[in-house]
Amino acid sequence: MIEAKGLSKRFQDKKRGEIRAVDHVSFVAKPGQIYGLLGANGAGKTTTLRMLATILEPSDGTAVVYGHDVIDDPEKVRASVGFLSTATALYPRLTAQELVEYFGRLNGMDEAALKQRVDYIFERLDMNEFRDRRCDKLSTGMKQKTSIARTLVHDPPVMIFDEPTLGLDIMTARSIIHFIRECRDRGKTVIFSTHVMSEVEKLCDVIGIIQSGKLLTEGTLAELRNRYGEQDLEEIFVKVVSPLYVDAEAR
Amino acid sequence: MSLRNIGIVYRKELTEALRDRRTVVASVVIPLFLFPLLSVGFGTLIASIVSKTEESSPKVMVAGGQDSPGLLAALKATPKIEVVPATPNWKDLVLEKEIPIVVEIPSGFDKSITDQKKLEVFIYKYSGELKSETAANKLNDSLRAYRENVVKSRVVAQKLPVEVLDPFQITQKNIAPPEKSGAALFFGGFIAYIVVFLCFNGGMHPAIDLTAGEKERGTMETILSSPVSRSHLVIGKFLLVLTTALATAALSVISMGISFALVHALQAKTIQAGKEGIEMHIGLGAALSVFIMAIPLAVLFSSVMLMVASFAKTYKEAQTYLVPLIFIVIIPAIAAMAPIDLNARLALVPILNVSLLCKELVIGLYHWKYIAIIFTSTCAYAAVALFLAVKMFQRESVLFRS
Repeated sequence: MIEAKGLSKRFQDKKRGEIRAVDHVSFVAKPGQIYGLLGANGAGKTTTLRMLATILEPSDGTAVVYGHDVIDDPEKVRASVGFLSTATALYPRLTAQELVEYFGRLNGMDEAALKQRVDYIFERLDMNEFRDRRCDKLSTGMKQKTSIARTLVHDPPVMIFDEPTLGLDIMTARSIIHFIRECRDRGKTVIFSTHVMSEVEKLCDVIGIIQSGKLLTEGTLAELRNRYGEQDLEEIFVKVVSPLYVDAEAR
Repeated sequence: MSLRNIGIVYRKELTEALRDRRTVVASVVIPLFLFPLLSVGFGTLIASIVSKTEESSPKVMVAGGQDSPGLLAALKATPKIEVVPATPNWKDLVLEKEIPIVVEIPSGFDKSITDQKKLEVFIYKYSGELKSETAANKLNDSLRAYRENVVKSRVVAQKLPVEVLDPFQITQKNIAPPEKSGAALFFGGFIAYIVVFLCFNGGMHPAIDLTAGEKERGTMETILSSPVSRSHLVIGKFLLVLTTALATAALSVISMGISFALVHALQAKTIQAGKEGIEMHIGLGAALSVFIMAIPLAVLFSSVMLMVASFAKTYKEAQTYLVPLIFIVIIPAIAAMAPIDLNARLALVPILNVSLLCKELVIGLYHWKYIAIIFTSTCAYAAVALFLAVKMFQRESVLFRS
């Protein structure tokens, strides 16, 4: 379960002054569901997810992740979360196994449990072939698998994906989509951000549309279709964000 | 949990560092090979040039003196010079370094000696030129001996005892043991300088790689999403930077000790041959003391470098900040090579204090009062720097600077 309560983030910019990257965003993501944050670049998706993963601290509001408050208990939050984005790279001079083990240890796993878990994950993700290969010698697909193994090593109940398919080829992207679905089927709470409509249509149980740091609307795909009288998600998205876009252009 | 996490971060960073060519070169290869190259290689090269110049017989051009066969014969009898007659362009030859020196004998020299008239003999040299200076010294000695003989024969002619010329003798005696005086004093400063420089240099690459490098490679966000707290993360990283800085310092002291011992062994032959060698050797106790004093300094360096490097967005940006810092660090270390003595005030100046102390430690001088002040003050500076580095690393605006 993820519960965002008036989550806000303000940055100071030398030229533009105060920027509200995220502005009082509230929503609930439930276990066994995929919550999709849909928004254009710079809409505030990444900042929202980084606050949920406690990589950034909210300026206002808070969120409760798997029963832990992101402000009061950030370390417990992180221990309950698997965070994956295209920005989360791997350590080039560690082997795939060493990397996964490193994150397992940081999650407080003891050596016996860790070994068992690593063996299981490497078997399941079909990673044994490049187990002892250094991360800088891995192909994109292998890297992606290693990243997935990294997020799964401590078997977190909550998964946060920040544009996980950005810049990946079709096959690798498909395997990520498959993985996200599997997380939901295992009862995990999943939140993921994207600007690709087709991914949202395929995956998400609940969709939230975000623009200029504000969560503008939220609901299942069917609910959104009803509310905006459009079948195509792209049309719905344009209808929702247009007023704000016009505002932004005018400014 | 906390100490465990610091240990986990440290071990992982160590694994990566040992697989990183740049770290290995800067903290292992350079300190191990720099000293043998500098001291043995460079030292023997200089020594061989000097001795070759001294062994060789430089040409000495003699202008005039055709009417003074006595002096000419004496000059020709001088060992290890070759007397050649002067050509009209002798001045140019000296300037073009074709001929090291020219000696000008005034006309009627021999006769003036017999008549007891005062004369002047000129030696024209190229000042600062090794060959010219060596030849000038040889010639000077030869002329002086000739003059003394003239005086002696005059005294004898006056039926006076020769001792009349030499009522007393002056002898300077060094009571400081050879390993604690002269060149050793200079070497102490040199050792401090090298240790300070290499200590800083050894930690620099890891400090950048572990902060700005992580940001650049995108691993920063990965590690920040793990449960490890930022303070534990930065302390783990700090310990790795400290390890490389200290390893560099330790290896350089060890390799220095070995090189000096080698030079010493090589020089033993020349010393036996009755020549003066430069005393350079560093005892185990001195090496250990220097290393212990380098520890708080290494903490200070590592913290400052981590702090500066974590602010940078890329490896290159961090380098632009840290490379000029090398100069700030080595200037006090170079200043310590000057003949300055430690006092309570200088003992508070970071880097300079440790460098001056190292100079004393190397010659076996232990001023416990200063050692205490220097160790405490450097520890205090180091603690402040480490605290600031940890604070810096916890700032979002620094970690996600755009």
